[in-house]
Amino acid sequence: MSSENGCGLCKISVKDIGVKKGKDVLLSSVSFELFCGQLTALIGVNGAGKTTLLKSILNEIKHDGTVLFESHHGEKIENITIGYVPQHLDFDRSAPISVEDFMLIGRTSSPVCFKKDKKQSKAIDEALSMVGCLELKQKTLGMLSGGEIQRVMLASALYPLPELLILDEPVSGVDAKGSEKFYEVISDLKKNYHIAIAMVSHDFGIVKEYADNVILINKSVLKSGSVDDVFSSSEFKESFFYGLD
Amino acid sequence: MSFIYNIIESVLPFAWADYKFMKNALLAIVIIAPLMGVLGTMAVNNKMAFFSDALGHSALTGVALGILLGIKNEMISLVAFGVLSALLITRVKNKGNASSDTVISVFSSVAIAVGLLVLSYGGGFSKYSAYLVGDILSVTPSEILCLFITLIIVLVIWAFIYNKLLLISINKELAASRGVKTVLYENVFSVVVAVVVMLSIKSVGILLINSLLILPAATARNIAKNSRTYLALSVVTSLVCGVGGLITSFYVDTSAGASIVMALALVFFVTYIVRKK
Repeated sequence: MSSENGCGLCKISVKDIGVKKGKDVLLSSVSFELFCGQLTALIGVNGAGKTTLLKSILNEIKHDGTVLFESHHGEKIENITIGYVPQHLDFDRSAPISVEDFMLIGRTSSPVCFKKDKKQSKAIDEALSMVGCLELKQKTLGMLSGGEIQRVMLASALYPLPELLILDEPVSGVDAKGSEKFYEVISDLKKNYHIAIAMVSHDFGIVKEYADNVILINKSVLKSGSVDDVFSSSEFKESFFYGLD
Repeated sequence: MSFIYNIIESVLPFAWADYKFMKNALLAIVIIAPLMGVLGTMAVNNKMAFFSDALGHSALTGVALGILLGIKNEMISLVAFGVLSALLITRVKNKGNASSDTVISVFSSVAIAVGLLVLSYGGGFSKYSAYLVGDILSVTPSEILCLFITLIIVLVIWAFIYNKLLLISINKELAASRGVKTVLYENVFSVVVAVVVMLSIKSVGILLINSLLILPAATARNIAKNSRTYLALSVVTSLVCGVGGLITSFYVDTSAGASIVMALALVFFVTYIVRKK
């Protein structure tokens, strides 16, 4: 894999991830590295195991293999903080939960319906400003647009600041303007924070524009490298354009 | 106890406050109403209206079991069976099959049937009919104390699990990805609701208990825009309607439980009409 990484010092090693469901092998010995300051796109055909891979990294399903964080001091940490922005947040839009409530949930152990302390409130203001959603603070979650919800989700996934941020087709079904705004924030994150980003996407246009590396998977890693390397590879053509020549 | 009675008499110099049973009922409702108001917010958020309905119905079997097993204090079998039912219903609900509401409904019917079957054996059901409609006027000081201790314990547990439950109510997968043990928290909440419902059932009655849990929160939800106003409005609605309904029932000479629920329903419909757009 390309070694041109943003900070060039920290990396997350995903080693030998394997998942079986009954007799079916969903993933077998998937290994790759994610570098700090870089956005790595995970692509693959439907059923290739992209979501299974994300769930394994998030430790939501039983799997073999490890996810290891290696800092620039050579320090290895097994329990890394992972921020996760799901594809589409399915929730009850009539629920009386404000953006502020939602942002507070992960930050405090005292019930969020009590009076907020000033420090927390300021931290939330900052987090929301970063994704351009400060004016939404007092709104009810159900009143937000799809793009706004994804950005609020992103803001909440950034606390505590994760070593790895996982985006699962974060803006599918969001209008062009919302999508553009979302990726602006992601680009900012890459530049200013010590964070590796992994994103599942079907949109090759977006992958081409924003990803630094691409990993093509189908049960295992077929090809990885820079966007151009992967997109011009025979594996890529076979996966997506088989028989189209 | 007489100390508290004296306070009530001096603060509330009304005819109804002269009666000891009314003072007891007032104390009971001042404890039960906020409890239901608080728990209801999460029950409604997590779409548990059906759950608590089935839970209430299982009370009849709880009483019946106590009699069959020869347990003197029916509260023990009531709470034990309630907790068991709550865990069972939660499990079925979490299976997430389309048929889970059917299964819960079947459970609910069976619980009523078994209860009726046992309690009506030999034609003696009338002495248990209090469980159906409730009798808050016969609540005893020791029961009030028990409710008060429950209130304190529930509020402590509530403070610990609130944020987790709120996140689960938004989206379970999201909560899981943030490391929340969703099954554990849902079970803890179900058990808490079960205990509170079972302890209040003698006062409020199987037929009305669910409205007391769901209506205040449903009312608050019509107007509230964030979690704080939601909780506050739910508790206030519950308290005002609880006390208001009780006093009204004294003067109009109707069932206390029914009067309370009518008051709650009235407020619900008013807020439903003027609810936020």
